Amino acid sequence: MQNPEQPRLMRGNEALAEAAIRAGLQGYFGYPITPQSEILEYLVAELPKRGGVVLQAESELAAINMVYGASGAGGRVMTSSSSPGISLMQEGLSYMASAELPCLVVNINRGGPGLGTIQPAQGDYFQATKGGGHGDYRLIVLAPSSVQEMADFVVEGFRLAEKYRNPAMILADGALGQMMEKVVLPPEGVLPKTEKPWATTGKPEWRERNIITSLFIQPEKMEEVNLRLQKKYHELQHEVRYETIGVEDAEVLIVAFGLTARIAQKAIELARAKDIRAGLIRPITLYPFPYQAIAHWAHTVFSVLVVELNAGQMVEDVRLAVNGRRPVTFKGRMGGIIITPEEILQEVEEQAEHYRLVRV
Amino acid sequence: MEFNLHKNGMELVYRRPATLTETPMHYCPGCSHGVVHRLLMEVIEEMDIQAQTVGVAPVGCSVFAYNYMNVDMQGAAHGRATAVATGIKRMLPHRYVFSYQGDGDLAAIGTAETIHTVNRGENILIVFINNAIYGMTGGQMAPTTLLGMVTSTTPGGREASVMGHPLKITELVAQLPGAAFVTRQAVHTPNAVRKTKKTLRAALEYQRVQLGTCFVEVVSNCPSGWKMTPLEANEWMENNMFPVYPLGDLKVPSVRQL
Repeated sequence: MQNPEQPRLMRGNEALAEAAIRAGLQGYFGYPITPQSEILEYLVAELPKRGGVVLQAESELAAINMVYGASGAGGRVMTSSSSPGISLMQEGLSYMASAELPCLVVNINRGGPGLGTIQPAQGDYFQATKGGGHGDYRLIVLAPSSVQEMADFVVEGFRLAEKYRNPAMILADGALGQMMEKVVLPPEGVLPKTEKPWATTGKPEWRERNIITSLFIQPEKMEEVNLRLQKKYHELQHEVRYETIGVEDAEVLIVAFGLTARIAQKAIELARAKDIRAGLIRPITLYPFPYQAIAHWAHTVFSVLVVELNAGQMVEDVRLAVNGRRPVTFKGRMGGIIITPEEILQEVEEQAEHYRLVRV
Repeated sequence: MEFNLHKNGMELVYRRPATLTETPMHYCPGCSHGVVHRLLMEVIEEMDIQAQTVGVAPVGCSVFAYNYMNVDMQGAAHGRATAVATGIKRMLPHRYVFSYQGDGDLAAIGTAETIHTVNRGENILIVFINNAIYGMTGGQMAPTTLLGMVTSTTPGGREASVMGHPLKITELVAQLPGAAFVTRQAVHTPNAVRKTKKTLRAALEYQRVQLGTCFVEVVSNCPSGWKMTPLEANEWMENNMFPVYPLGDLKVPSVRQL
């Protein structure tokens, strides 16, 4: 095995899979779907050799419920899929959130709705950040924008999932999954084992039986569970993460996540070469969402531009953050088409021109 | 069960196994669930495997099985009990894992999981309670409902031309190489109760030596759902259910396997 400190060239899906093994992955349950099947294939080849279990399930429904069982049995477990498959997992994720079972779910987002396309998209933002299934619950959502982050966020995803006993999701897209970049992998054993006294491992005489369930038939009890979950989501707000680039002197603030944030970075360079001061906020945690940071930096610019590979989803959260104090515009591409820096530049130029005129 | 001498000098001939909790069961009078719960827990106590057993409860009448069974348990989503059991068994291969499911859970919404779990030969026990009706939701048609049988969703009786035939899923899974032991029993008479207990014991012994999936169907009554007294329900079961779902072993391990 190569020295973990040594950078190597890897595909996003494979870097993620290798990082998962190094983070102590004990069980993977998944079903093939483009563009993420490399995760399953990599793990089938590697994980059993290194002490873990891999099972190709008969469906995404079965896969997420195997994850439920394996997580309940105390394992550090994950699944991965792409948009249509993630839709099938929503019931299971609702059950896991209610039963407070940690796991990592990777969504290599592709264009939808329906069977859609296999090209990159960000149309699953609502599904990922607003719960996705039935009932009041949230996933912890991390949005990588490089192969390096595909690897790093696996460790972070497991850490947060186990700390808060809640499913965590990595929301990436087909481009991040398929592209090759330099990556420094985390070392083996990067994440210590978590004590799980609640796991169903067999009831010894000295303790009561452990029960994992999401059924609380008495309304008072069910509300109690909901209040506990809400308290957890409140505490989660401390885990908010984001990155800023060139915001200090910006006239136009771009908000973008994942792959789109990288394209926006290039657009900012192009804009600054034309003497337009654009800056970027990149939410890294999509839940919890960096409302405060966006509110803060929006205050210092003329206008806010949200760029996404969808019809406008995160823009709703940005508008909540900005709360009407600045105009918020949106530019998106759909259907698996990746927006170009030039398209973003054009929007930035229009904004700058408009608000410079207004100011005069 | 061993007979113990009670404090007052009388012989204790019947007691609650330590593997059953003291919680009173919510099942209707005459229902088979209570008997099957008890048999399974007696076997676990007799094999002294309480600390090595993890169960999976379904959605349906036995959704609260974990309130009565004094072993570590998980409640699964409707139909997914064997997928959950698979996840548990793959993480803890040396634990005894069982799922306990009704006909709607196992043979309608969970058909894919049932077939594929058995096809993989997961080393688990699947206990299948077949009472030909959805009890928990108030007596709707189940996949195993008999032709002509009146339910709240087949008020004129089940018609094959509209709703197909009773699904003999036990016969289906018996075809799969992953199935080690497939049997159909009942608990309507003392003799049947003894036989069912024997099969549950055998199934867990086979799991110990990792023979594959063990599948124990218990043809059961549903006095409330069938709108009969418990006695009528048992008679109706013998006269109508047993001809369609004949009792006996469908597949047993070969001597070579043992």
